[in-house]
Amino acid sequence: MPELDIQNLHVSIEGNAIIRGLNLSVRRGEVHAIMGPNGTGKSTLAYAIMGHPNYEITQGDILLDGKSVLELAPDERSRAGLFLAFQYPVSIPGVTVANFLRTALNAKRRHADPPQEEISVLEFRKLLKAKMDLIEMEYAFGGRYLNEGFSGGEKKRTEVLQLAALEPSFAILDETDSGLDIDAIRIVSEGVNALKGPKMGVVVITHYQRILNYLQPDFVHVMFDGRIVESGGDKLALQLEEHGYDWVREKYGQTDAA
Amino acid sequence: MTPAPKIITKKASITAKVELEGFSFTRDMIPEVTDENLQAYRYKAWEAYQALPFPTRKDEAWRRTDIRGLNTTLFTLPNAKKQENMQTPLSRCVDFIAKGEERAGQIITGKVQTIRHLDAVFEEQGVVFVDFRTAEQEFPELLRRILGQIVSPDEDKFAALAAALAQDGVLLYVPKNVVIENPLHSLYCAEGEGEAYLNHLLIWLEEGAQATFVHESASPREQKTGQLLHSGIVEIHVGKRAQLNFVELQSWGKNVWSFTRERARVLEDGRLEWIFGAMGTHLTKNFSDVDLVEPGAFGRMSGFYFANGDQHLDHDTQQNHLARNTTSDLLYKGGLLDQSRSVWQGMIYVAPGAIGTDGYQANRNLILSKGARADSIPGLEILADDVRCTHGATVGRIDENELFYLLSRGIPRNEAEQLIVLGFFAGIMERIPFEGVKNRFTEAVREKMEDR
Repeated sequence: MPELDIQNLHVSIEGNAIIRGLNLSVRRGEVHAIMGPNGTGKSTLAYAIMGHPNYEITQGDILLDGKSVLELAPDERSRAGLFLAFQYPVSIPGVTVANFLRTALNAKRRHADPPQEEISVLEFRKLLKAKMDLIEMEYAFGGRYLNEGFSGGEKKRTEVLQLAALEPSFAILDETDSGLDIDAIRIVSEGVNALKGPKMGVVVITHYQRILNYLQPDFVHVMFDGRIVESGGDKLALQLEEHGYDWVREKYGQTDAA
Repeated sequence: MTPAPKIITKKASITAKVELEGFSFTRDMIPEVTDENLQAYRYKAWEAYQALPFPTRKDEAWRRTDIRGLNTTLFTLPNAKKQENMQTPLSRCVDFIAKGEERAGQIITGKVQTIRHLDAVFEEQGVVFVDFRTAEQEFPELLRRILGQIVSPDEDKFAALAAALAQDGVLLYVPKNVVIENPLHSLYCAEGEGEAYLNHLLIWLEEGAQATFVHESASPREQKTGQLLHSGIVEIHVGKRAQLNFVELQSWGKNVWSFTRERARVLEDGRLEWIFGAMGTHLTKNFSDVDLVEPGAFGRMSGFYFANGDQHLDHDTQQNHLARNTTSDLLYKGGLLDQSRSVWQGMIYVAPGAIGTDGYQANRNLILSKGARADSIPGLEILADDVRCTHGATVGRIDENELFYLLSRGIPRNEAEQLIVLGFFAGIMERIPFEGVKNRFTEAVREKMEDR
């Protein structure tokens, strides 16, 4: 049984259909890449999975280990094991990275079955340092306000830090590589690689082949016009890198007019 | 969060005029003072009290605050005899200065067992830290010299009432060049109903003196029924090169109607840090002014308020630049829940000739419920050239994107909102030198948010 199963998903924003019949199945341990030109609904997919209130699911279902998550609030989806690394991480003035992460970890522990005790200050400090080491982040970031004044690379690294701390079952990385130089992509990718394993499935949304060189996806999907139109292995990614998306538009562009 | 600047200046609808009945206080309630001059001050204030009308919403400063619900005929003065079975105040009030924080002195007054203490070393240096009635009886010469210099009893009816009848209050006097490192702490307790708590706070730092003074007004046991009246005067003098940190907190009960007239005067190169926190009362009308009267004077005002239910908190601030090269910096931040309402009206005034003035004022509000409302009215009146004055006022709501981001990390909505709200206040909290005060405020915010 696929463990994250997206079935015939239709998503609208303010009445406009963006995703129109998307199917995707991901198992723990797998890395899937979703590529595609701008405006085909890749970020919409990410937000819809996480339960953003502005994204209305008009048809279809998202199943996590066989159970629909559509009735779950975003925080419940997170605690059920879904994670979204944001393309544009939001800054939260006055809330430190450490305080934020501790609150998130404790929320997860409190809601665990059976409930776990809150993490002690000492234990948390140890955990935070270990996770920071993983992505070569200076400890001082723990005391900074979340994403306030962070560079693009620092924001993306902070997303991976959260991923590392929360240990979800499925992580969706929404253009985590965009705006990063090659060193930052390497660090972020190495962080993700260290985390992926039999317990976590990864969906990487990206425009570019570059990050895939590090992440080595098991499956590559091409998204166009709100659906996955092609699926294959890394050869598909290379083909896209080489030839761009024009051939995709030519092959599937008719649906727009239809 | 970057809410768009929004200045709300809705006109209050003035309905059929209902006159407030007079208070039932009488002249014979004026406390006796041995010193003739000090007694005369009270009598004169009484005359002003009798002559002055209640403010109405026709008065510009009171336009947004309606006091017609005040049950004026109800109030009596707390009876000294009744104070026998006074309880000790709750430790959370007394110990709110962080653990391990030594204090130089402490005064606890109001409806509690009175406590008075000042380290002997400061008494020897001429520091006076006593309750107001004791000051009248034991330090008449000093008081004659400094009383009524900053706030005049006839500024409004409530101030006049406090000046005439005050039973409570504190005098802090720090002589020239005396430095008090540890904070002084006073706690003023009021609870019950139908009583008027009137107090007079006088802080006087002579040239080169330094002190930190934390004053809290509290109702240790919350009572929501009936009404309590509080009226107070706060007079502050910061001498040449003197430095005062004044932390003023009010956590009055929800049945308290509080009216306060506060003013600080800062002399040459004097420095005032004034931190102000408001959590309680049913209704507050507060005037806080800083007069920078000599070159190099500095005044910083940092305020925070957090209201819920039907609380109405009105803070009126004035930064008066009356000399060259003076600096003022005001930041008030507020959060509003339920049907609560805040008013902030601020003015930076730059007198003719006050060149080199640097004035700043900002008021930021976070509206957390549909029914809550914040009125934010900044103002500048600049009569000098070569000055720098800036201001800003915002009324915003929790940003949905921020909320979604926190939710997406598994943080439940209520907790996520608390994080955002406490983050909103973080800049102000950083200005508070006491962990205990910060914790108290954080707790109050949590309690109010969970109470929804």
